[in-house]
Amino acid sequence: MKLLELLGYYNYWVFAITLMIGLYAVISKANLIKKLIGLSIFQSAVFLMYITMDKVEGGTAPIIQAGVEGQIYSNPLPQVLILTAIVVGVSTLALGLAIVVRINERYGTIEEHEILDAD
Amino acid sequence: MTPESTILAAICLPLAGALAIGLAGRVSPNLREFVTMATAGCLAWLVWSLLPLLMAGGRPGVAVGELMPGLGIAFEVEPLGMLFAALASGLWIVNSIYSIGYMRGNKEKNQTRFFVCFALALSATMGVAFAGNLFTLFLFYELLTLSTYPLVSHKGDAATVRSARVYLGVLLTTSIGLFLPAIIWTYTVAGTGDFVLGGVLAGKLGDPEVGLLLALFVFGIGKAAVMPVHRWLPAAMVAPTPVSALLHAVAVVKAGVFAITKIIAYVFGIDFLFDSPSSGWLLYVAVFTIVTASLVALRQTNIKRLLAYSTIAQLSYVVMAAAILKPMAEVGAAIHIVAHAFGKITLFFAAGAIYVASKKTEIYQLKGIGRRMPWTMAAFSIGALSMIGVPPTAGFVSKWYILAGAFEANNLVAVFTIIASTVLNAAYFLPILYMAWFAREESGGAEHGEAPFAAVLALTITALLTLAFFLFNGSVIELESQVVRGLD
Amino acid sequence: MLSAPLIILLQPRGLAWAGATAAALASFAIAVALTIAVLDGQTQVYAMGGWPAPYGIELAVDQFSALVLLVVTGAGAGALLAARSSIDQQIEPERQPLFYSAWLLGLAGLAGIVVAADAFNIFVFMEISSLSSYVLIAGGPDRRALPAVFKYLIMGTIGATFYLIGVGLIYMMTGTLNLADMEARLGDVTELNPILVAAGFITIGLALKAAVFPLHVWLPNAYTHSPHMITVFLAACATKVAIYVLIRFDYMVFQSKLDDHATQFAQFLMPLAILGILVASAVAMFEGHLKRLLATSSVAQIAYIILGASFVSESGLAASAMHIFNHALAKGGLFLAVACLAYHYRDLRLDQLGGAAARMPFTSAALVVCGFSLIGIPGTAGFISKWLLITAALESGPLGWILVAVILVSSLMAVVYIWRIVETLYFSDSAKGDIAVAEAPYPMVLVTWLVALLNIGFGLFPTMPLTLANASAALLMGYSG
Repeated sequence: MKLLELLGYYNYWVFAITLMIGLYAVISKANLIKKLIGLSIFQSAVFLMYITMDKVEGGTAPIIQAGVEGQIYSNPLPQVLILTAIVVGVSTLALGLAIVVRINERYGTIEEHEILDAD
Repeated sequence: MTPESTILAAICLPLAGALAIGLAGRVSPNLREFVTMATAGCLAWLVWSLLPLLMAGGRPGVAVGELMPGLGIAFEVEPLGMLFAALASGLWIVNSIYSIGYMRGNKEKNQTRFFVCFALALSATMGVAFAGNLFTLFLFYELLTLSTYPLVSHKGDAATVRSARVYLGVLLTTSIGLFLPAIIWTYTVAGTGDFVLGGVLAGKLGDPEVGLLLALFVFGIGKAAVMPVHRWLPAAMVAPTPVSALLHAVAVVKAGVFAITKIIAYVFGIDFLFDSPSSGWLLYVAVFTIVTASLVALRQTNIKRLLAYSTIAQLSYVVMAAAILKPMAEVGAAIHIVAHAFGKITLFFAAGAIYVASKKTEIYQLKGIGRRMPWTMAAFSIGALSMIGVPPTAGFVSKWYILAGAFEANNLVAVFTIIASTVLNAAYFLPILYMAWFAREESGGAEHGEAPFAAVLALTITALLTLAFFLFNGSVIELESQVVRGLD
Repeated sequence: MLSAPLIILLQPRGLAWAGATAAALASFAIAVALTIAVLDGQTQVYAMGGWPAPYGIELAVDQFSALVLLVVTGAGAGALLAARSSIDQQIEPERQPLFYSAWLLGLAGLAGIVVAADAFNIFVFMEISSLSSYVLIAGGPDRRALPAVFKYLIMGTIGATFYLIGVGLIYMMTGTLNLADMEARLGDVTELNPILVAAGFITIGLALKAAVFPLHVWLPNAYTHSPHMITVFLAACATKVAIYVLIRFDYMVFQSKLDDHATQFAQFLMPLAILGILVASAVAMFEGHLKRLLATSSVAQIAYIILGASFVSESGLAASAMHIFNHALAKGGLFLAVACLAYHYRDLRLDQLGGAAARMPFTSAALVVCGFSLIGIPGTAGFISKWLLITAALESGPLGWILVAVILVSSLMAVVYIWRIVETLYFSDSAKGDIAVAEAPYPMVLVTWLVALLNIGFGLFPTMPLTLANASAALLMGYSG
C-alpha cells in the first residue's frame, strides 16, 4: 500500500530523476555541447513538474465555451508560466550554442580541458 | 572672526594651502616656499588667536554634520587640544624654514609633493587636536596616517618603501583592528562618543571590561608607540629629517599620546579609572616601555635611530603620567608633550643639519664635530640636556610635575622609573656630547662647515624655545590646570 | 508617477550610444523620482494591464526596492555615460547598436527584478538580464571571455532553474505568485515541508546567481575578461539584485511562517559569509591581475552583505542594504578607474602598471579614493556600512565579537590588496618607459571622478541612503510578526 502510494506520485519521480540526469550531465561531461544537452534535460524536468501540478483529476483544457457548464478545468496558470519558461529555456540554449560556436572559432575545440590548456 | 569659524578655518587653511602649494610648485620653487611659509604663518596666527578665549575658560565648539544619530563630525577646543594645536602650528613655521634649507641643501626630488603632503598632515593634526568626539578624532587620525605615508617613503628606493610599509601597516592595523572596535564599543555602551570632562563611561562598564577597553584604546592608538606597537617609529626614520622632526617628534607621535591622554581624561574620566583596578596595567606597560626603549637606545649607533628609541621612551612618559591618574600628573603629561616637542625637534634638526653638512649619520663619526658646527652642536646639547631633564631646560619642568603627581599618588614604581630613566638618558646622550666637544677629530675626514643658514636658524630657534620654556611656562600650566580644576 | 516603472521596461530598439544613454538617464531620473515618492513610506504600486493583485501582474516599489533600483539605474546610466570611448575601442562599430540594445535589455531586466511584485516575473526578468549579460560579457575582444561566460551561463541557468522549482513548490501550496499574497496565504498552509524545500531551492538558486561563496566560481573570470565598461555595470549591480531577491524572499515570505527559519537561515548563510569574506580577501591579496583582484574582492564584499542579512536583526539588515549601495559606489568607481587605465594599458597585470599615476594622475587619484571607500576609511561611504555592520554584530551577542574580528581582519586584508594597487601606481618605477600615455578621454575621467566624489559625499552625508536602508530593514523585519 505504502509502495503503491509512493508509486502513485510517479510523475514526481520522473521529475526528480530527469532533474538528476540533467544535473549529472552538466557536471560530468567535458564536451560543451553535452553540457548544454544536460542543461536542457535539467530544465525540461522542471517543465514536467509545473505541468504535473496543474493537472486536475478529470479536467480538460481550460477553454470556456458557450453551452458547456460545470466542466472541471485544469489550472491554466502553470501552463502559461511554463510556456514562458520554455521560451526562456530555448533562448538560453540558443545563446549557449552560439557561445560554443564562437569558442570553436577562437579555440578550435569544444572540449573543456583543451580550452583550459589553450590559455 | 567668531571662534567657531576660526576652528573650521584652522582645519581648512592647510588644505587650501596644500592646493596652493601644489599649483605654485608648477610655477617656481620660490613661490611654492613662499606659499608654504604664508600658510604656516596664517595657521599659527589663527590657532593662537583662540588662546585668550581658552584662558578665560571658553570652550568654543562647532558641529559640522551628523552621519547617523549620535555619530557626527564635531569640533570642540579644550585646553589639551589647544596646547597641541598651538604647538604643532607654531613649530610648523620653524620646520618650514628648516625644510626649505634641508630639501635644497640635499637637492631632493619631488619637493612639491613633499610640501603638499606636509600641509595635508598639518590639516589632519589640527583635526585631531580640535576633535569634539571619538569619531572625529578617528577620522583625522587616519587621515594623518595616510597623508604622512608619502612623506615617509619620500626617497622611493626599495629599502625606504619597505620601511614605509611597516609604518603604514602597523598604524593602520592597530587603528582599524583595535582603535575602531574600541570606539564602536564605547558608542554602544555609552551611547555617545563625545568628549566630556570626567568621562562618559562611569557606571556603564564593569571592571574587567574597563581594563580591556583601555587596552584596545592604548594599543589601538599605535601612534603613541607603547610597546609592543612601537615598531613603526624606528622604521619611519627612513624619512627625510624634517619629516622625522615635525611628524615624529611633534605631530604624529604627539597625536598618539594626545589621543590617549584625552581619552583617559574625557572618555573614561580620571576618577573612574582610578577606581577600576583592572586599568592598573597601563602604568606598568608604560614603565616597561620607558626602561626597555632607553636600554635599546643605549645600543644604537645611528643618530636618528637613537633619537627614535628615545622618542618611544619619552612618549611613554606621557602615557605613564596620564596613567598615574592624579591631577598633578595629568598636567605633567600635557607639559611633557610640549617640553619633549621642543627638545626632540631640536635634536632632529641638529641631526639633519649634520647630515646635510657632512653626510654623517653614525655616532662614532661625530668626534670633534662641535668645533666645525658650533651652533648646531650647541643646540643639540641643549636638546639632549632637556631630554635628561637638567635645569634650565624644558624637560626639567615636566619631570617635576610628573614626579609630584607620582608622589601624590604614592606611586613608587613611577618615581623609580623616572629616576632610572633619567640615568639611562644621561648614559646615552652624554657620551655623544663628550665626543662632539672634547674628542679629537679623526684625520682624513672631509672638510665641511655649518649647515645651510635656514637650517641653523630653525634649530637655534627651537633650542632657545627649549630654554625659554623653563622660565616662561606659567601660562601653559595655567591653561592645563583648567582640565584638572574642572574635575574638582 | 504610477506608470513610471513602465518606462523602464520600454522595449529598446537598435539604438546607438546616445539613445541608450538617454534611456538609461531617463530611467535613472525615474528611479530618483520614485525614491523621493517612497521616502515617506508610501509604497508605489502599478497593476499592469489593469488587473488588480493578486490576479494581475503587479509592480511595486517600496523603500528597499527604491534603494536597489537607484543603484541599478545609477550604475547603468553612469557606465553608459562613460562607455563611449572604451566601447569604441573594444567593440567593432557595426556590432555596437546590438551591443547597446543588449545593454539596455540587461538594465531593463535588472530594474524589472527590483520592481516586480510576483515571483514568476522575477524569474522572467532575471533571465532577461542574465541572457543579456552573457551577451555583454562575451562581446569583448578577449577570447578568454567565452569559456568564462559559458561557465556563467551554465551556473546561472542552474540557479534560475532551482529558483523556478522553489517557486513552483510554493505555488502548489498557496496558489499564488504575488509575493505579498504569498506571505498572507502561507498562514493557512498546514503542511510546511514543501515550503521548506522551496526555501532551500530558492536560497541556493539565488545564492548561485549572487555568487555567494562557494558558488562564486563563475564570477572572477567573467568579470575579468568582459569589456571593461560591462564590468563596471555588472559589478555594481548584477549580483546585488540577486541578493535583493534573496533577502526579500527570505524575510517577506518565509520568515514569519516557517518555524526556526531565522535560525536556519542564519546558520546556513553566516558560515558561508564568514568563509567567503576571509577566503576571497586572502585570494585577492595574492592576485596579480588588477581586474581579477577587484572581482575577487567583490566576492568578499557580497559576503559582507549576506553577513549583515544573516544577523536577522533590523540593524543587520540596514547594514546590508547600506552595503549594497556603498559597495556599488566603491566597486563601480574602482572598475571605472580600471577602464580608464585600460584605455591605454593593454595588459592589466599589476607588474605592467608600474608608475601609472605619473601618466594618469586623475584616474589614479580617483582609484585611490574608491579604494579607501572599499577598505572603509572614515570619511568615505564604505566606512558607514562597516560601522553599521560592526554595530549590528556587537548587538548579536557573544558571537558578535568573533564576527567583529572577522570584519576587521578582512578590512586589513583589503588594506593590503588596495595598497598593492596604490603602491604599483604611485611608488614603483614604470615597467615600460616607451609608451607615451596620457589621461583617458575626459568623459570617462569625469564620470570616474563623479563616482569618487559620491563616495566621499555619501561618506560624510549618508542621510539619504541611510533613511532608505533603515526603512527597508524595518519593513522587512515587519513581516516577521
